[in-house]
Amino acid sequence: MSAEEKVPGTPAPETPADDLRVGVYVCHCGSNIAGMVDVEGVRDWAAVNLKDRGVTVAQDYKFMCSSLGQELIEKDIKERGINRVVVAACSPHLHEKTFRTACANAGLNPYLCELVSVREQDSWVHTDRAAATEKAKAILSGGVERVRHHEELEPMRVPIHPASLVVGGGIGGISAALELANAGYPVYLVERTPSIGGHMAQFDKTYPTLDCSACILTPRMVEAGTHPNITLLTYSEVEAVKGYVGNFTVTIRRKARQVDEETCTGCGVCWEKCPVNVIDTEFEAGIGYRKAVYVPFAQAVPKYPVIDKETCTYYLKGTCRACEKFCPPQSIRFDQEDEILNVEVGNIVIATGYQLFDSRRIPQYGYGRLPNVFTSMEFERLSNAAGPTGGHIVLRDGVTEPKTVGIVHCVGSRDRNYNAYCSSICCMQSLKVAHLVKEHTGATVYNFYIDMRTPSKGYDEFYQRLMEEGTIFIRGKVAEITQAAHSPEEEGKLIVQVEDTLAGAQVRIPLDMVVLSAGLEPQADAKEVAQLFGISCGFEGWMLERHPKLDPVATMTDGIFVAGCVQGPKDIPATVAQGAAASARILGRIQQGEMELEPIRASVDEEKCSGCRICNNLCPFSAIIFHEDRMVTEINPALCQGCGTCVAACPAGAISGTGFSNEQILSQIEGLLLRNIVNAAEREAVPA
Amino acid sequence: MSATAQAPEAKPEGTFEPTIIGFTCNWCSYRAADMAGTARMKYPPNIRLIRLMCSGRLDPTFVIKAFASGADGVMVSGCHPGDCHYVDQNYKALRRYHLLVRTLEQFGIERERLNLTWASAGEGAIFANAIGTFTEQVRALGPLNWPEDGPDEIPEETHAGSDPAGAGKLAAEVTA
Repeated sequence: MSAEEKVPGTPAPETPADDLRVGVYVCHCGSNIAGMVDVEGVRDWAAVNLKDRGVTVAQDYKFMCSSLGQELIEKDIKERGINRVVVAACSPHLHEKTFRTACANAGLNPYLCELVSVREQDSWVHTDRAAATEKAKAILSGGVERVRHHEELEPMRVPIHPASLVVGGGIGGISAALELANAGYPVYLVERTPSIGGHMAQFDKTYPTLDCSACILTPRMVEAGTHPNITLLTYSEVEAVKGYVGNFTVTIRRKARQVDEETCTGCGVCWEKCPVNVIDTEFEAGIGYRKAVYVPFAQAVPKYPVIDKETCTYYLKGTCRACEKFCPPQSIRFDQEDEILNVEVGNIVIATGYQLFDSRRIPQYGYGRLPNVFTSMEFERLSNAAGPTGGHIVLRDGVTEPKTVGIVHCVGSRDRNYNAYCSSICCMQSLKVAHLVKEHTGATVYNFYIDMRTPSKGYDEFYQRLMEEGTIFIRGKVAEITQAAHSPEEEGKLIVQVEDTLAGAQVRIPLDMVVLSAGLEPQADAKEVAQLFGISCGFEGWMLERHPKLDPVATMTDGIFVAGCVQGPKDIPATVAQGAAASARILGRIQQGEMELEPIRASVDEEKCSGCRICNNLCPFSAIIFHEDRMVTEINPALCQGCGTCVAACPAGAISGTGFSNEQILSQIEGLLLRNIVNAAEREAVPA
Repeated sequence: MSATAQAPEAKPEGTFEPTIIGFTCNWCSYRAADMAGTARMKYPPNIRLIRLMCSGRLDPTFVIKAFASGADGVMVSGCHPGDCHYVDQNYKALRRYHLLVRTLEQFGIERERLNLTWASAGEGAIFANAIGTFTEQVRALGPLNWPEDGPDEIPEETHAGSDPAGAGKLAAEVTA
C-alpha cells in the first residue's frame, strides 16, 4: 500500500509517470546557496532518487535567474520535452515571476513551474553544511511532488477603476494626489484635520536651502484644493475599506464642521467674534491660541472654519451663538451632522505621516517641568513669522531673548529605552535650529549630538556652514538637564550635564534655553489604520512596504501603496519622491485598464456539494453564494481572493483551490518528509 | 539508493533530530521566514516549510497527514489576530487549532507537538526564535513513532462506510 492511500483525503492516483517530465534546477546563487549547501550533491541526488518521481533532467547553475540560467530551462522544455519545472533557489517572492516567464517563453504554461526556497529558508539560516544539504534535498523533493499536481492556469484579469484615494493631506499625500490628478484621473484626498498641509505647514524653514516652508508648500496646497480632478475631503476619516485591487469601495466619514461649505466665504468674522480662546496644541504645538471656531492657520486649504464642539460655549452651555449672529452669509450650522460618503476607487495611497516623540517620556530632560526646555516643534512655531511670537525667539516668559541655547539631538531616537531607530531628520533639523537661533538672536549655540548624520544633497555642506558660523558641537549624549546650580554662574540657568566624548570630560554647560530635537514615531493609531486597509506594520509600527529596497511604495496588499513617513522616518524630498512614485505605479495600472491577478481561486464541484452550507459564512468577501433552488453552493471567482478557508472547511471535499489544492499540499508534505523516496526503496525491496 | 534516502535525523548516533513541518501564510510568516533569511538569523534546520495563501487554508488533515508521514512536530503560523490579509481568516485557523489539539490528544499525540505562532512579515526574529524553541520542545518529547502500518488495521467496512474525501475533517467544523 502506498503512502497516498494511508490518510483519508489524499490525492487520487496520479498521471502516469511517463507523462510527467520534471526538470530540476538547483541554483548556486554565487556562494549564497553553494556556500552552505552541496549544490552538485543535491542535483545528483535528485537525478537518482527522484527519477521515478518523474525527474528526467537535473541541472545546477551559478545563477539560475540570469538569462543563461533561464535559457537552460527554456532549452530543456523545447528540446527534452520537460513539462514540469522545479527551481531550487531563492524565495518565490523574489523570482517566481522570472522562472514562470522563462517557462512561458518556451511555450510551457507558467503555472507548471515551482520555485522552492533553499536560500532564505536554508543556506542563509543554517550553519551545518551537511544538515543544510539534507534539508535542501527534502525541500526539493517537496517541490517535485507538488509540481506533479500543478495544473495549467490562466491569470485572472480585473478592471482598474480610474479613481484613486489618497489618505493623508501632508506633503506626501498632496504630491501623490497632484501627480494623479495632473495625469487626468480623479482623486479623493482625505485628511483628518480641518486643513491639508500636515507637519510641513508648521515648519518655519526647510533645510538645507532654508526655503520658507509655507512659501513652497502653500502653492501645492492651493493647487490640490482647486484642482478639478481632486475631491478634497478634509475633516474626514476613512471608516471602512471593502473590495480588492481595481475595485475598492471606501466609506468616508465627513465630520460635521458646523459650517455650510456652500456659502462660507472664509471671511474670518466668526473667529474674530468668537469669545473662546483655546490653547492650540495641534498647529501651534501648545504655545499659541486659537478660537473655538477656527481655521488651523491663515493659509489653510480649504478656507472653511470648523467649530470645536469640545470648547464651543454653545455646545457646552447652550448660549453664545456669536459666530452665527455675525456671519455675513449665514453659514453657521449648529445642527449639521456627520455625513457618510461611499466612493469607488481602484487604488489607495496611504500617506498618514508620523507623530512627534513625546519628550515628557524622558524625565531627566525636564520637558514640561523646566519652562525653558522646548521641543523642536515648539521652536518651529517660535521661529515662524506667522507663529504666536511673530517670529521672535524668546523664552517661555514671552519677552527675554536667550543668550545661550543648547540643542539636544536624538531625543527618543537611537535610544533602546525609547526607539532604537534613527529618526533620520533630527541632525539636519537641529542644524537648522542652530542656524535660525544664531540668525535671529546672535546667541551662542551648542549642539549636543551622538553622531552627525548628514547624508544627502547639500546636507553636509550645510553642516560645514554651521561650523563656520561658530556653532559649538559637543559629541555626547546629554545625561540631564537641571536647574540645580553648583556655582554662582549656573544660578537661574538650565544646566546641561553631558560627557564630551571627544575631550573625554564631563562638562556642565549653563544655558538660557534648550531645544529637544524630538524623533519621529508612527502615528498612535497606525496599527488600526493598517488593519483598516489590510496591510501590516513592522515591529516599530511603521507600515510595511512590499520590499524594502526594490518596492518601497507598494504593500503586500495589491492596490494599497504607502508614501512618506508612514513607511518610515524620512525628510521632505524623500516623502515627495515616494508620493510621486506611488502615483506612477497607480497610473501605470490605470492606463493598462486592467491588471493580471494570480489565478488562485476556489471553486465548487456541484456534483459533490451536499448543500450543508458550512462554507457559506466563512467568506469575508461574500464570494460564496448559495442556490436555494438547487441546494448547492457556488463561488463567484471575481470576488474570491483565494485564501482557501472554505476549501479547508468543506466536509465533502467539494471545494477545490487552484494553485494550493489538497493534492498539491498533501504531496508536498510527503515530499518534504521524503516519503516518496522511502516508498520507492520499499517498492524495490519488496516486489509486488 | 536507500543510503541517501535516509532522512537526516538518522545520521548522528544516539541523538534525536526531530523533523518538523511548518505551515506558513504567504503574506506574513512566509515573509517573516524570508526576512529571517535575508538578515541571516540562525535557527535549527529541522523545520521544512510549506506555503499556504492563508492560515485559514490549513485543513486539519494536513497536520494529521504530516504526523502520519513521519513529522515529529507541526508548526502552524499566520498573521497576528486582526492583521489577516483576508480580513479575519486567521481566526478560523485559531478555532481549528484548538479543536485539532484536542483531536490529536485523543490520538495520543502530545499537544506540545503542535505549535501555533503568529508572526507578521516584519517579525523574522520572532519567527526564527519560535522555530528554535519549538524544535527544542519536540526534541525533548522524542520521536513520534506513528505506527507505519497503522491505517492498514482499519477494518474494511469502516473505510467503505465513510466518505473518503471528508473522513479527515473535524465534525466540529460545523460550528464555524
